Amino acid sequence: MFDDMVTARNYEERLQEEYLEGKQPAFDISAGPIPGELHLAAGHEASGAGVCQHLREDDTVTAPHRPHHVAIAKGVDLKRMTAEIFGRQAGLCKGKGGHMHLFDPDVKFACSGIIAEGCPPAVGAGLAAKKRNTDSVAVAFLGEGAIDQGAFLESLNLASVQNLPVVFVIEDNDWAISMPKERVTDVENGSQRADGFDLPGVRVDSDDAIAIYETAKKAVGRARDGNGPTLIEVQVHRRMGHFMGDPESYRPETDTEAAQQRDSIERLASDLRAHGVDEEEIEEIRDNAHDRVEEAIEWAKDQPEPEPEEAYEDVFSNPPSGVTDTEPSIEIRPSGGDD
Amino acid sequence: MAQQEPEQESGRMLTMSRAMVEAIAHEMHENEEVFYMGEDVADYGGIFDSTDGLLDEFDHDRIMDVPISETAYLGAAVGAAQEGMRPIAELMFVDFFGVCMDQIYNQMAKNTYMSGGSVNVPMVLTTAVGGTYNDAAQHSQTLYGTFAHLPGMKVVVPSTAYDAKGLMHNAIRDDDPVVYLFHKRLMGIGWMPAPDGPKTAVPEDDYTIPFGNADIKRKGDDVTVVTLGLHVHRALEAADSLADDDIETEVIDLRTLVPLDTETVQESVEKTGRLVVVDEDYRSFGVTGEIIASVAEGSLDDLDAVERVAVPDVPLPYARPLENEVIPGTDDIIETVQNVHSNS
Ligand SMILES: Cc1ncc(C[n+]2csc(CCOP(=O)(O)OP(=O)(O)O)c2C)c(N)n1
Repeated sequence: MFDDMVTARNYEERLQEEYLEGKQPAFDISAGPIPGELHLAAGHEASGAGVCQHLREDDTVTAPHRPHHVAIAKGVDLKRMTAEIFGRQAGLCKGKGGHMHLFDPDVKFACSGIIAEGCPPAVGAGLAAKKRNTDSVAVAFLGEGAIDQGAFLESLNLASVQNLPVVFVIEDNDWAISMPKERVTDVENGSQRADGFDLPGVRVDSDDAIAIYETAKKAVGRARDGNGPTLIEVQVHRRMGHFMGDPESYRPETDTEAAQQRDSIERLASDLRAHGVDEEEIEEIRDNAHDRVEEAIEWAKDQPEPEPEEAYEDVFSNPPSGVTDTEPSIEIRPSGGDD
Repeated sequence: MAQQEPEQESGRMLTMSRAMVEAIAHEMHENEEVFYMGEDVADYGGIFDSTDGLLDEFDHDRIMDVPISETAYLGAAVGAAQEGMRPIAELMFVDFFGVCMDQIYNQMAKNTYMSGGSVNVPMVLTTAVGGTYNDAAQHSQTLYGTFAHLPGMKVVVPSTAYDAKGLMHNAIRDDDPVVYLFHKRLMGIGWMPAPDGPKTAVPEDDYTIPFGNADIKRKGDDVTVVTLGLHVHRALEAADSLADDDIETEVIDLRTLVPLDTETVQESVEKTGRLVVVDEDYRSFGVTGEIIASVAEGSLDDLDAVERVAVPDVPLPYARPLENEVIPGTDDIIETVQNVHSNS
């Protein structure tokens, strides 16, 4: 768990460096080796790591627009994820998806940039598990800003009424871009949303990885045992702007400072020390994470970009004749999703 | 159609976003019933500066941050409009329409008709369109055709600051729902450099640009290029370059899709005989097909050659070489105009 958290932080620090390259002097979003929006999860690590510890490869995870920490914890291929973010041919999605739209069917991970829209597919995965009588579960991550969205509320109800093996995880970082939650949400805690749908709602107050781990253990176990959905809300924090380049002029400096002081990684490190893990071991985990991240970034940057013609491929998995502008490919693509 | 607009004599140059905001602020001062709501529109000033500075002039009741719940607040705008207020509601990216389309096309757009005209919905739906910055398929669409296709909404697409202001005044004063689609790349946002064209002189006083008036942004006798939004500027750049080869391109900026000014397009085609339609939306069933069909219906005999340049029917890809391939560039326009010029 500590390993996943450190890897995620380290990874995003390196992405941030790469992202900012070429974007200066005046920040230009479309310049540099990583264009487009980039939403980093610094401050969220405990959530992905604490929850995904309980998941197997055959459990489904859907993440929102801030996906890297969850992807890492779920075991998404780090090299191919990085290649995707750099827009390379070897990327998870051949350069078509980018950082908000990562798909790794091997470990059943997907994400979407549309707020709360990962919830219904997670319910669908839970439905499939129930129909097929397997004990796999599905977890949908979303932000506290997303809990007002219809797709989330409808998903809670459907999962509840069908008693599906789904865990909803709200990552409460207090902000939805510039909107503090008090201004836009009626309840104090997102976990209260569970009350209206007759399912358990639990909140983990401080960004405490161990408490998140324990809470998720119960929720995932409950789902696996066929006892239905749980809504968990975990307090995390946002250490930086909503996206890279966000000037954050709406945010009091004291709030950013406070967030930066509540470091879940340092907190877990001291918990580990308190439990007798020695410093050397902690350093070794940090070093390994660092090496893994460097290797992924170097590998990704060495990969070629896609050829322009590839833009026409993959609109369909079973292309009707005449729909692509390129020569029909002789390669036969499987019609399932797991190539 | 005759243009009834004040001369652009003022030397005051504004970005497109400043011009839009100026019109909104003016209307909000003039009429207590006008208010603006959307995500991150108050303290942030709109992710694309569409409401930048409004909170300095108005309080949170008039410039309202709302929950991420597009169905609820766009629908609330419909309801408030039916009460006679004049809401402006922003959908942050047009790509998000999917979560709230019922309120847009079954309520906002249809209530006037279904009520036999007894109800009207005087609201403006503002939203950002366009790619060119590698944000992939859920954040880069233009979807001009989607909104123009469904009856009951007027659809506006400004390409310059001058047009943006005049069209916004008209949109807010209009008694029908108006969808106001602004291209991110034209707004003049710090972090997304705009081309040179959209920043124009803008009069301080209010003025309206009536809907259904296409604007001839450049005169030419050889080929008519019909376009809108960002691609007006790409077409103008192409026209400059084509002029070096003695091809004179007429560039028509549609400015509104509903109502559509087919007259100006037809008059131009009567003169040039050659038509190229350029669009950043998907190729099939969209603006390009509509323009070509209306010219074919109205003046088939005048048409010697026709081609269209649009996004091939693929979702917008992320990686730069892929996105560049599918979003029409200046070079694509040049090549197509040359083709049409030599093939007739
Ligand atoms: C349907 C929809 N509406 C709006 C947006 C724009 N948007 C992207 S992230 C975001 C804020 C999300 O806040 P929250 O759910 O709290 O997650 P956080 O970013 O804080 O992790 C918004 C409004 C979107 N992507 N999709």
